Amino acid sequence: MIISVASGKGGTGKTLVATSLALALGKNVQLLDCDVEEPNAHIFIKPIIEISEPASIPVPQVDKSKCTFCGKCKEVCAFHAIAVLAEHVLVFPELCHGCGACSYLCPEDAISETDRRIGVVERGKSGDIDFIHGRLNVGEAMAPPLIRAVKKHIDRKRTVIIDVPPGTSCPVVESIEGSDFCVLVTEPTPFGLNDLTLAVEVVRKLGIPFGIVINRDGFGDNETEEFCKTNDIPILMRIPLDTEIARKYSRGIPLVQAMPRWKPKFKKLFDDIKEQTGARA
Amino acid sequence: MKELVVLSGKGGTGKTTIVGSFAALAKNKVLTDCDVDAADLHLLLQPKTVSTNEFWGGKTAVIDTKRCTRCGLCIDICRFGAISDEYAVDPISCEGCGFCYNVCPSDAIEMKDNLAGQWFISDTKYGPLVHARLGIAQENSGKLVATVRQKARELAQDKKIDLIISDGPPGIGCPVISSLSGSTLALLVTEPTLSGMHDLERVIGTCQHFGVPAAVCINKYDINEENTREIENNCERLGAKVISKIPFDNVVTEALVHGVPVVEYSKGKVSKEITKLWKITLKKL
Repeated sequence: MIISVASGKGGTGKTLVATSLALALGKNVQLLDCDVEEPNAHIFIKPIIEISEPASIPVPQVDKSKCTFCGKCKEVCAFHAIAVLAEHVLVFPELCHGCGACSYLCPEDAISETDRRIGVVERGKSGDIDFIHGRLNVGEAMAPPLIRAVKKHIDRKRTVIIDVPPGTSCPVVESIEGSDFCVLVTEPTPFGLNDLTLAVEVVRKLGIPFGIVINRDGFGDNETEEFCKTNDIPILMRIPLDTEIARKYSRGIPLVQAMPRWKPKFKKLFDDIKEQTGARA
Repeated sequence: MKELVVLSGKGGTGKTTIVGSFAALAKNKVLTDCDVDAADLHLLLQPKTVSTNEFWGGKTAVIDTKRCTRCGLCIDICRFGAISDEYAVDPISCEGCGFCYNVCPSDAIEMKDNLAGQWFISDTKYGPLVHARLGIAQENSGKLVATVRQKARELAQDKKIDLIISDGPPGIGCPVISSLSGSTLALLVTEPTLSGMHDLERVIGTCQHFGVPAAVCINKYDINEENTREIENNCERLGAKVISKIPFDNVVTEALVHGVPVVEYSKGKVSKEITKLWKITLKKL
């Protein structure tokens, strides 16, 4: 079963929930951090990284001796990553999406592909938890190809927990797609609710069953509860606003380790999710 | 024209709280919300929309099943796995590259423009606001951010305003780069947690990569004062100065629930510190 943990708004507690859920289950678990722009799960899980592999996208390389400057490659590139001048071909690798159209369609067979590194995929272990995350290179715009590279390591025989980046656009969709269930973590504030509403639209569009975890419960307002009630969305767990939780979090201590009484609560969260999806253990 | 962008790396550190208060403190400016996939600034500024505009970004392949001979070439060449065995295009996976359109031997594929979102010009009691809403699960957030910033510049020129304050998105990827490029100064809002610190270093790196000077504000600094000291040391090493430390106070959430910038809601410590931060920021611009 694949469970993704998303939120819309940043800083609501996705990583807190994803890491504590993985630790509470302890065995036969894979934890994937797909927030490749700002990965944080490793801070809490403290994995021993065993394998580090560069992640790249294929970009065109033009053989000038074969090129006739016909302009076909420029014509087919939807991303303006190739410019053809009288006797020059300019490639802008950072604009290239790696679709491969130019090399396939070049009539002179003058274009081959070379790898452009965009980040790294690191894999390791923390106890019995398999840990995988991606780190996007600083200055690099395109996260989705790296997210795909992280997700290639999904082992469907295990329980897979995915820590999703904030927002509602392509990196989020890339991370959530294929999940059996999505946990949306929110906080009971107008910002939290506004972004939760957007996140709900995303998971509905993708047709993924979902439920809510309310973090920092007990402050803010009651609008989130009302929203869930009106829209018939299950509230799976409430984590109270507690300065002790915040302090432990600030030091990178997972909730289930800082306060072991939360461990059974996260196990129950998992059981409830299983029940929601109708999956068997 | 001076352009200030507020970023953070990690989400939820307080970017919008600060920008909302800057809106109340700064004179003569255009405001933008560059967090186009989860915009929140409007919740503090109560804007009245003046104009709503369509944002067209990217294309999606559409297969004409009558012309399609089911030869399978499009399925083979698509690197994004967007075409099913039944010759249906998944618009979410389709990158809009047009490779299939270019190779289809039966001319059965058309590339259609995506209506990828909307952008708005609004009036607020603090001045004009340019904001946007990316369509759910759409691509091209960077391009929409670029549109928002361009419209803000045009508006500022028309009204002879020489300051733009932008609320940025979290992360360091496409929409962040689009919010950052060409800005005069980036104010980075962080929190004294290991996550906040880790993400701050990466966003400082991003600012340096694009040659934009960065200043740092530590929000909720008293949650972990040891971490706060470490951030100050790290920032000095990285060449980005910590110019403000804002204490934790529930009054920030109370103001948010009331839908007003915290500096207008309370005269307490948080408001005093944000007012001081604005004065320092203004000098740095």
